[in-house]
Amino acid sequence: MLTLYDVTVQSRLLLGTARYPSPAILAEAVRRSKTEIVTVSLRRETAGGKAGGAFFEMIRALGVRVLPNTAGCHSVREAVLTAKMARDVFRTDWIKLEVIAHHDTLQPDVFGLVEAARILTADGFQVFPYTTDDLVVAEKLLEAGCCVLMPWCAPIGSAMGPVNPMALRSFRAQFPDVPLIVDAGIGRPSHAAAVMELGYDAVLLNTAVANAGDPATMAEAFALALDAGRLAYAAGPIEPRDMAVPSTPVIGKAVFA
Amino acid sequence: MTFIINGEEQDVSATTLAALLDVLEYEGEWLATAVNGELVHREDRAAFTLSERDRVEILSPMQGG
Repeated sequence: MLTLYDVTVQSRLLLGTARYPSPAILAEAVRRSKTEIVTVSLRRETAGGKAGGAFFEMIRALGVRVLPNTAGCHSVREAVLTAKMARDVFRTDWIKLEVIAHHDTLQPDVFGLVEAARILTADGFQVFPYTTDDLVVAEKLLEAGCCVLMPWCAPIGSAMGPVNPMALRSFRAQFPDVPLIVDAGIGRPSHAAAVMELGYDAVLLNTAVANAGDPATMAEAFALALDAGRLAYAAGPIEPRDMAVPSTPVIGKAVFA
Repeated sequence: MTFIINGEEQDVSATTLAALLDVLEYEGEWLATAVNGELVHREDRAAFTLSERDRVEILSPMQGG
């Protein structure tokens, strides 16, 4: 089980809701992933528009918890206002906080992120910060009141998987008691299993499922990979080494020469 | 009055935020509103008086990662 702020869930997968071929496929992917938390966003509604309402009702029908995001926000002011508007709609104090620095890398503006986290926490929000794997920034986010950290493992949507496992390992070691969710950069179930083997508590992903040839089946594959990775971590994986070690005992081996 | 609604200039005959939403046929519990960069809760819209060239943002849920 995984506890995020005051909520306990079984699934260690947080799933994004964007870029699916259809709402029906999104719903099926959510079901087969067994996720209990999905991310959503807010955008401008057209006059008389019903698009937002249809999506809102669909998500509500899925019976999962909602984690609104501040995707696309490039300033503290934008992110804070978007978070407040999201709380007004979704009636949750949870916010996936993104303050983006660059359009091309979608790298977080970690200075703005810390500032926004401090403002939102003081306002009663429970912040899930999308951050880099920088340890000092993470400490500042915890000081700002965050009780969950979400480091990237590669740029958003890149599907590269963990490009710096050493940094992720350090991150885990530095914050043994903080729920850690890898957010962004996961491309395949093996990537998700790899970060879970490092001791991460959960994974948040979107494109890897939504853009798969068969999103619903990929969602299930990720669920299985997460379980496998978590189980492997709990079982204590052996460490790699440079030299060969015979797995069959050599003592008692017959000598024929 | 003239307002900047979701980034576009529009003339709307309304003096409160609730009236503006009504005239433009926005409806639903899923809407979020802000005026001049400040959140206006749904329960405060009827009492929120608008001024000339106020910047009104009207957002609704959509897919997100």
